[in-house]
Amino acid sequence: MREITLSKAVNEALAEEMRRDETVFILGEDVAEAGTPFKVLSGLVEEFGTDRVLDTPISEPGFVGIGVGAALTGARPVVDLMFGDFLFLVMDQLCNQAAKAYYMSGGKLNVPMVLRTNLGATRRSAAQHSQSLHALVAHIPGLKVAMPSSAYEAKGLMKTAIRDDNPVVIFEDKLMYQDKAPVPEEEYLIPFGEANVKREGSDITLIGTSSMVQVAEKAAEILAGEGISAEVIDPRTIVPLDEKTLIESVKKTSRAIVIDEGHQSYGITGEIASRLNEKAFYHLDAPVLRMGAMDVPVPFSPALEDLTVPTPERVVEAARKLVSGELIHAA
Amino acid sequence: MAQSKTTKTTKTKTNSEDYLRMYRQMVRIRAFEDQANQLYLSAKMPGLTHMYSGQEAVAVGICEALNDDDRITSTHRGHGHCVAKGAEFKEMFCELLGKAEGYCRGKGGSMHIADQSHGNLGANAIVGGSMGIATGSALRAKLQGSKDVSVCFFGDGATAQGLWYEVMNMAALWKLPVIYACENNGYSEYTRTDEIAAGSILDRAKAFGIESFEVDGQDVLAVNELSAKLVERARKGEGPFFIELKTYRYHGHHVGDINRDYYRSKDEEAEWKKVRDPITNFGKWLESEGIASADELVAINDEVAADAEAAVKYALDAPYPPGEEVDMHVYKGIEHALA
Repeated sequence: MREITLSKAVNEALAEEMRRDETVFILGEDVAEAGTPFKVLSGLVEEFGTDRVLDTPISEPGFVGIGVGAALTGARPVVDLMFGDFLFLVMDQLCNQAAKAYYMSGGKLNVPMVLRTNLGATRRSAAQHSQSLHALVAHIPGLKVAMPSSAYEAKGLMKTAIRDDNPVVIFEDKLMYQDKAPVPEEEYLIPFGEANVKREGSDITLIGTSSMVQVAEKAAEILAGEGISAEVIDPRTIVPLDEKTLIESVKKTSRAIVIDEGHQSYGITGEIASRLNEKAFYHLDAPVLRMGAMDVPVPFSPALEDLTVPTPERVVEAARKLVSGELIHAA
Repeated sequence: MAQSKTTKTTKTKTNSEDYLRMYRQMVRIRAFEDQANQLYLSAKMPGLTHMYSGQEAVAVGICEALNDDDRITSTHRGHGHCVAKGAEFKEMFCELLGKAEGYCRGKGGSMHIADQSHGNLGANAIVGGSMGIATGSALRAKLQGSKDVSVCFFGDGATAQGLWYEVMNMAALWKLPVIYACENNGYSEYTRTDEIAAGSILDRAKAFGIESFEVDGQDVLAVNELSAKLVERARKGEGPFFIELKTYRYHGHHVGDINRDYYRSKDEEAEWKKVRDPITNFGKWLESEGIASADELVAINDEVAADAEAAVKYALDAPYPPGEEVDMHVYKGIEHALA
């Protein structure tokens, strides 16, 4: 199978959906000729024109609100939010307006809008361009949240997001845009709420989101060398969450680490760990561990920034302790 | 009513019908609000609500210039827009009381009432929160080649929100068919707007190169005449436009805002009601033009009041939604979100 970059995969998904459905259009800062700072959208304006690939002023609440209005009245906008950190600017439009319109109208109005944005630290971009804020939106009923972990997922999830009748926030890891993965030539979609078991194992379950799937896979490889068999699962969407697959895995392995790049406190790792505790408690041989980003603003200095995110080495270290029984009474 | 119609020429007759419909719509809004206020005062309504009374000429003058395909976005003070855009009393009162037959199955209430069938995209409880939505609706119309126009209602208080300036900029850049209608009732919640607004509101819209107009929001004919012109121009791609409508809210910020001497005087309120009431003044005009007699106007008032009373009675007796609906309408395509 051919291999393409995550950037190319997103670009293909958008182009295919725009060809299929003329109500789909892209709206955001520097999306047209610039193709975004990450060049993910390069070439789209040449094919679809400036009516369907619209450059906006630097007015995030304004253009997200415009996306909501267009979606409410029959269009399918893909709103491009250049950095995930800018979510803080658009919270009213996303969480008070888009997320609640279907509910508040008793099912009469809906918002088929995709908010495309990113996450991920270690790009030396400091505290306002490095955050992973998916937990913020996952907290709000009415929003769906997708977190592709490779080019394959990025394409399939984006196509599903565009066809979904609800607001979907899709977080791409900005460090993965040049990462290649096998992506079929033929069309495919990835359904929401279906986790992917990336690697089967029997001693411990490593649940990773977005680029943390790669971290989990690398950790599993190292652990295998030490005779520890790790299962790696990518939930792919955190709303909806495929609880069933996660619980079944943990019932089998009896141990789990949840790895995510959002801050550890009040985040995705705590949520998933809590669900596993509630629903697989009697199958557990150790507390479910959370491994999120350090609870500090993302520092600029590489010497400090690298300390804040989970790494395969840290996952391995924690997994060893769990499997050896060291952490049984640590909770 | 029938008598006066037969005495006019065909053209005038049509106008008479339009005029009488505008009068009736304003009376309907006032009657709706009187009932809503009573529901609050008698503790029969959950929560609270914001009265539109006094501003009727704005909603009616504008909405009478629109078709069902045209969209509006409304505000927390939104009952007037909802009625003027064609909504029915029964479904509205049911919504205010949280009943299953409400426009939003009781899930929205007064501050989120929406009537999709008549193009009302909904009231909004965030001040200025719908400015992006109205502008986005207009962008959709332009991209898809639809001829509908979107009207964004908001109050003078909402002109303090940054969102307005962001979306006006884009609407002007892209020549969108949107009309920003600022109902300036002089008060931002519990504060005089002239204490918190620098410069001129009209000039703020003009700064974006948007054609801007000021109109007496108590004069339904003036509002309607201007709106009809701007709506037609917006349909032809000549938008966006801004209208500042000078008006007055008879009640407090909400129904519970009773003692408001600290921010405005009873004399001021009495003066507006006595001299500038949009319904009374339009009624006098209808009489002076021979379009309707005083008796005919009273008959309309009585009929509307009876309709409102019957709708309230209906809504009070109507069932609440069953508990199982609590996790419905969270996601389209998923019947029960928590199943």
